[in-house]
Amino acid sequence: MEKHLKVSAIKDGTVIDHIPTNALFKVIRILKLEECIQMVTFGNNLDSKAMGRKAIIKIANRYFADEEVNKIALVAPYAKLNTIRDYKVIEKRVVETPKEIRGIVNCFNPVCITNAEKITTRFEVLTIKPIALKCFYCEKITNENEMAFY
Amino acid sequence: MNPKSLISITDFTKEEYLKIMRLAEDFEANPNQKLLQGKVIATLFFEPSTRTRLSFETAINRLGGKIIGFSDSSSSSVSKGETLHDTIRMVSNYADMIIMRHPMEGSARYASEVSGVPVINAGDGANQHPSQTLLDMYSIIKTQGSLDNVNLFLVGDLKYGRTVHSLLMAMLQFDNPIFNFIAPPELAMPNEYKIHLTSKGIRYYEHAEFTDIINAADIIYMTRVQKERFIDPVEYEKVKNVYILRNEMLKNTKENMRILHPLPRINEIHTDVDSNPKAYYFTQAKNGVFTRMAIIAHLLNLK
Repeated sequence: MEKHLKVSAIKDGTVIDHIPTNALFKVIRILKLEECIQMVTFGNNLDSKAMGRKAIIKIANRYFADEEVNKIALVAPYAKLNTIRDYKVIEKRVVETPKEIRGIVNCFNPVCITNAEKITTRFEVLTIKPIALKCFYCEKITNENEMAFY
Repeated sequence: MNPKSLISITDFTKEEYLKIMRLAEDFEANPNQKLLQGKVIATLFFEPSTRTRLSFETAINRLGGKIIGFSDSSSSSVSKGETLHDTIRMVSNYADMIIMRHPMEGSARYASEVSGVPVINAGDGANQHPSQTLLDMYSIIKTQGSLDNVNLFLVGDLKYGRTVHSLLMAMLQFDNPIFNFIAPPELAMPNEYKIHLTSKGIRYYEHAEFTDIINAADIIYMTRVQKERFIDPVEYEKVKNVYILRNEMLKNTKENMRILHPLPRINEIHTDVDSNPKAYYFTQAKNGVFTRMAIIAHLLNLK
C-alpha cells in the first residue's frame, strides 16, 4: 500500500511531534508561530502508538534554540523535535524542563502584582509532572489546573 | 545590578541574620546613633499600618535620618491612577532607601527590581513581612541566649499566618529547632512546610490543644484565630476558646519561657497574662525598633 503522509513533509525545518491533542494551539501560541512567515503545517488527532492521538507541527526553514523550545514543556512535556535537512532527520531532541519560565503563564493568585501591572511573569519550575510553578514575585504556587496562558 | 534589598526572610543568609542580631543589640545599648545624618528615607504605606510604620519611622529618627512618604495611598498619586512602577521610579530618585507596605503580593519584589535604592518590604499583602521575623528572632535570642536548640510552640492560625511561616523558615538555619504546631485542623500548618521539615530531618509535632504540653516550651508564639477564616461559623465557635492563653496555664512553664505575639492581639492572650514576667509581646514590639535600625544600617552599609 502506498504510504501517504497526513501532514506533508518539509525539505528543511523542524517537526514537533508527540504533542498532546489539547496542547496543539497552546504550542503554536507559545512559539509565536502565528507570526511565522514560513510555511507552517499542522495536524491534530492523528493516530499515535504511544499516545493514542497526537498533534504534530511542521515548520519550514525554522530552527529552534533549546531555551526557546523548552518553553513548551509546560504543555507538551513529551514532545520530540526533529531537525530536517533535505527531507532527512539530522537531529532528534526531546523537550527539557526549564528551571525558570518567563511569560507564557499568568500567576493564578488574583492579588499578585503581576496581575495588576504590566509585568512579565517569572516562575521557578518546582515540578513539571504535575506542573508546579512558584511565582518569583508573590511566591505562591500555580498548579496545572490553575494554569492560564497569556 | 540592583542594590541589596530585604524582601523575603530567605533573602538573608545565616551570617546576615546573626549580624542583624548583633547590630540590634548594639542599637539597643546605644539607641541614638546618627548614622543616617543627611540621608532621606521614604516610607511608602499604600495601605495603613500604624504599628509597623511608627516602628520604622522611630528607627529612622533615632538614626538621624529624614523621612518622606505617605501613610495611605489616598494621599498619594496612586489615587490618580499612577502605577507602582512609576511611583517607585520617582521616589527612588528622591530617597536613599524605600520602605514600603502594599496590599498586592509580590509588589515589594517588583519594586526592588525597579528601584535604584534598597527596598525594605514592610508587608506585601499576605506574603512576606521579613522585619517582623527578624525582630521575633531578636526577641528569641535575647530571652533564650541563642537561636539554637529552641523548642518553639506556634499557636493559632498556622495556615494563613505569614509570621509563623517566615519564622519557621528562618529558624531552620539554626541547630536543632523543635516545632510544636497547635492549631485547629482548618488552620493547620500547610503540608509544604511539613514536607520541608521532614526532608531536613527536623522534628515537629502537631496538637489540637496545648494545655498538657505547654511546660516543654521555650517560646510560645501566639497568633490570632480569625473568625473570617472559617467557612462554617459553627467550627469557629467550637475552637475559639481552645487557643486562648490564660495565666493559670503558665504555672509550671520553664523559668525563661517567653510569650511572643506579632500583635495586634484580640482575645487569644487573656489580659491576666500581661502582668506575668513571661509575657514578652510588648517588649517584642520595642525590639522591633532596634531590629529595624539594624536592617537599615546593614542594607546601607553603615555598620
